[in-house]
Order: sequence, then structure tokens, then C-alpha cells
Amino acid sequence: MITKVPPTLHTPLMSGSNAISGIVLIGAIIIASNIHNTLGTIFSVVAISLATINVVGGFLITDKMLAMFKKSKK
Amino acid sequence: MIDISTNIENLIYLIAASIFIIGLKKLSSPKTARNGNRLSALGMLVAIIATTLKYTDINIEWIITGLVIGGTIGSILAKYVKMTAMPQLVALFNAFGGAASGLVAMYEILYSKETNTEIFILASVAFATIVGAITLTGSFIAFGKLQGIITTKPFLIPIRNVINSIIAIGILTVAVMLCITATDASYYLYALVALSLLFGILIVMPIGGADMPVVVALLNSYSGIAGAGAGFVLGNPLLIIAGSLVGASGLILTRIMTKAMNRSLGNVMLGGFGAQSTTSSSNNSDDRPVKSLSSEDAAMILAYAGSVIFVPGYGLAVAQAQHQINELASLLKDRDISVKYAIHPVAGRMPGHMNVLLAEANVPYDELKDLDQINSEFDRTDVAIVVGANDVTNPSARSDKNSPIYGMPILNVDKAKTVIVLKRSMASGFSGVQNDLFFLEKTNMLFGDAKDSIEGMIKELREID
Repeated sequence: MITKVPPTLHTPLMSGSNAISGIVLIGAIIIASNIHNTLGTIFSVVAISLATINVVGGFLITDKMLAMFKKSKK
Repeated sequence: MIDISTNIENLIYLIAASIFIIGLKKLSSPKTARNGNRLSALGMLVAIIATTLKYTDINIEWIITGLVIGGTIGSILAKYVKMTAMPQLVALFNAFGGAASGLVAMYEILYSKETNTEIFILASVAFATIVGAITLTGSFIAFGKLQGIITTKPFLIPIRNVINSIIAIGILTVAVMLCITATDASYYLYALVALSLLFGILIVMPIGGADMPVVVALLNSYSGIAGAGAGFVLGNPLLIIAGSLVGASGLILTRIMTKAMNRSLGNVMLGGFGAQSTTSSSNNSDDRPVKSLSSEDAAMILAYAGSVIFVPGYGLAVAQAQHQINELASLLKDRDISVKYAIHPVAGRMPGHMNVLLAEANVPYDELKDLDQINSEFDRTDVAIVVGANDVTNPSARSDKNSPIYGMPILNVDKAKTVIVLKRSMASGFSGVQNDLFFLEKTNMLFGDAKDSIEGMIKELREID
């Protein structure tokens, strides 16, 4: 499936799949709901923030790039 | 907390995973790619909402705090980044993703209520922590090199392979200790983190600037693998599936990149390619004559051509001349001259980077041709214009068995009837090898800043009628 992606779309493929790897966010949410001390809470908030940057930034930038790809008008 | 049964939770995860697969599949055509990406984002949203509803009886305010902080930073980064800086941004996102996976895995040992002694879980923790930590520091070094904060020259410590081997053995030893010692596991975990962070720095430091496409693709794969590792720790099927998907896609891209450079992954990772060959080529300094010409002459040649192929390299991006090239191409098309672009797989600083830069300058994607599509067309082409590309056009990669770049797939620019090369000076490319293309009878060198040269051609072309 991945090998069928044309070179033109390799950068969006990378940033898009990168956003998907931010799925670890749900793991971070699960651990956050299990923590009962301060240090652990800080720990999980950091994990959630980092994963969310990955998810939100990744999908937005991929969308921005893909919006630029246009076919020639003939 | 809303009562969602584990069955329904797993069903939602399965749906989200299927959506990711469909989304990635749609990325294989520019027509459907944008919808595909939005579909993946939707799948992610569904998974996040379901998870939050099921698990959050406590700490909901902290979870929302984290989401808001991350969402804000992510949106700002995505909004203001320049397309030339895309590789840095992806490297940075890789770093964050890897770090998040490592943290989620470490939680199991540091804060989990029940002490876990199952060896499979402990091994998964060790694995995700190692890969996550290497991804974090490795990506930061890659970011620094791409941004120009850290030298892009290969940074070579004399006995680095010995040092790296010792650290790798150290990491494995600590990981094994962590798995077999149920008590005091947290100390081993800290040691594991420290060693892995150091290892990430040491393996990326020696890698030269032009090998960055490979490194960024590989780290992309690592961030996925770390996520899958965290999935094994939590026993979460969605993390495992999605993480593996990303891991596989990154590995495939890495392979495509190394093939395009005719090098093995091991060769890239051992680093120092540029440093070694520069010394070997310093003694073949070249005083063969070259033909140079002015922007006016170049415009003349173009005006009477029937077909033109542009060959852009990273030099085009450095000179910020993407928009000028599109303007020049439009003028040529107005004169009924056929225009195409030949894009080498490693043009730019990450896979497909040049295509994005040209798309930003409104170059239609169907005019961008890759190696296999364009190479048969050069001998039917009147003029090939090379802008800021060097090694990927060197014909000695085809013919000279002694050349360091022998065997690398190149663009057959030398087959075109006339070649114009836009270049700052006669300096050699990253490989340190002089390019035989420049000395051909049919080749004309147009020295100077690419942007100025192209603007000169545009101005001249407007006056010819």
C-alpha cells in the first residue's frame, strides 16, 4: 500500500503517518486517569501535551501541504 | 466516566484502525490525498473521544489541560512553518511522538498501582522506552542539523564505533536486568533512559546533511514503533496497529531513499560519507575548460526550444527561487514550449520535499516527473536546465566504476540536446566529486545566484518576441 504512494506525495505521507503515530495520545489519556499523585500527574500531562502537538500539528500541516497540490489547467 | 464496555471500546478501536488504513490508502493519489488525511484525523478524534469518555473519572481537568497545551502549540507550529522548514518540523513532531510513547511505557513501572512482574510487559516497557528515547534525542539532533544550529558536516569522534557498541551493549544489559528484577525496576529504567538518550545523540551526530532524508524517514519509523511498543504495555490494540502501520511506512520510505542513493542503511548510519570522500577528491582538482553564458544567452536558447526539462535540486530551495521557476515555466508555456520537471528522489531534505516546494509555488503536480518517468525523455528534449542540483546529474555514476557515486541512479541530463547549469561556482557537490556534466560540449554554465539568474532570463524572455 505504501509503496504505491508516488514520490510527489512522500512528504505528506510522512507528516500524515507521523500524525497517526500520535495515537499514543489515547495511551497517555488512559494513564492520566489512573494516577493519584502530583508527580505522576505532571508526568501524564507532559505525555498528553507532547502527543497532542504531534497529532494536531501533524494533521494540520499535512492538510496545508495537500491543499497546495494542484493539477495543471488544460 | 461513562460506562463503555470493553467490547464496545475494542470495536471503536477497530473502526479507528480501519479508518487509518483507508486514510493512508487515499494518500496514494493527489486527488484523494486531502480527504484521506482528513479521514485519518476523524478516526483519531473518534478514538480520543471514546477513550476520554470511558476512562476519565478523575484527573479530567489535567487531561484537558494537556490537550489544550498540545493543541495550541501544534496549531501554531503548523500555521507558521515555512515549506522549506518542513523537514525540521517533521523531525520535531517525531521527537514529541517518540517521547510521549516512551513516557506512556515508563508509567507502567513508575506509577502503576500494582507492581507488574510479567516479563512480556517489562520487556515491552524496556523496548518502548529505548526506541522512544532514541527517537527523541536523535530527532532533536536531526532538527538542529536541518535548522543549521548544529554543523551539517559529519561530526566524527575517532573511535565512535567502539563507543557506540559499548553503549548498545550497555542498553541491552540494563534492559535484561530490568526484565528479570521485579524490585528496583525504576533505577534500571532511569539508567535505560539515560543511555538511550545518549545513544540517540551519538548515532545521528556523524550523519551528513545530504543523508538527512534517510534519517528523517527512519526516525519517522521509530516514532511509530515506539507507539506500538507502548500499545503492548497497555494491551491496547489500536496503539499496536497504528504504531506498526507508521513503523512500516517509515521503513519503506527509508528503503526508497537509500536505494535512490545507492547505499545501504548501514552505510548511512555508520556516517561520515561526505568527510571521507572529500579528502579523496581534493587531489583531482580540475582545470578542464567549461563554457559559461549570460542570462540573456540562456533566454535566447530557451526561446527557440521546443521542449524544456527543469532539474531542481536543493540549491533551488536555498535560493528561494521556486516562484521564479514557475514564472519562467509559464512564459515558456505561453510560447507553446513543453515544460516538465525532473525530480530526483533525494532532491531536498526529506522524501518528496522538492515536490512540496514546487507545489507551493503553484507548479501543477502532473508536471513533476520522477526518475523512471523522465529518464527516457531527455534524449528527445531540447534544453535541460539544472538548478542547484549536482551529484544526481553526474554521468560518471553510470560509467566510471572508480567514482564514489558509481551505481547511484541519476537523471540522464547529459542526453538532452543542450544543457544549462545554474550554479554559484564550480564547487563540487556533497559527494565531493567533480561533475563531468559541466565539461561537456553541450553544457553551458550560468554562474550566480539561481534566483537572480532566473529573474534575468524572465526579463530577457519578455523582451524577445
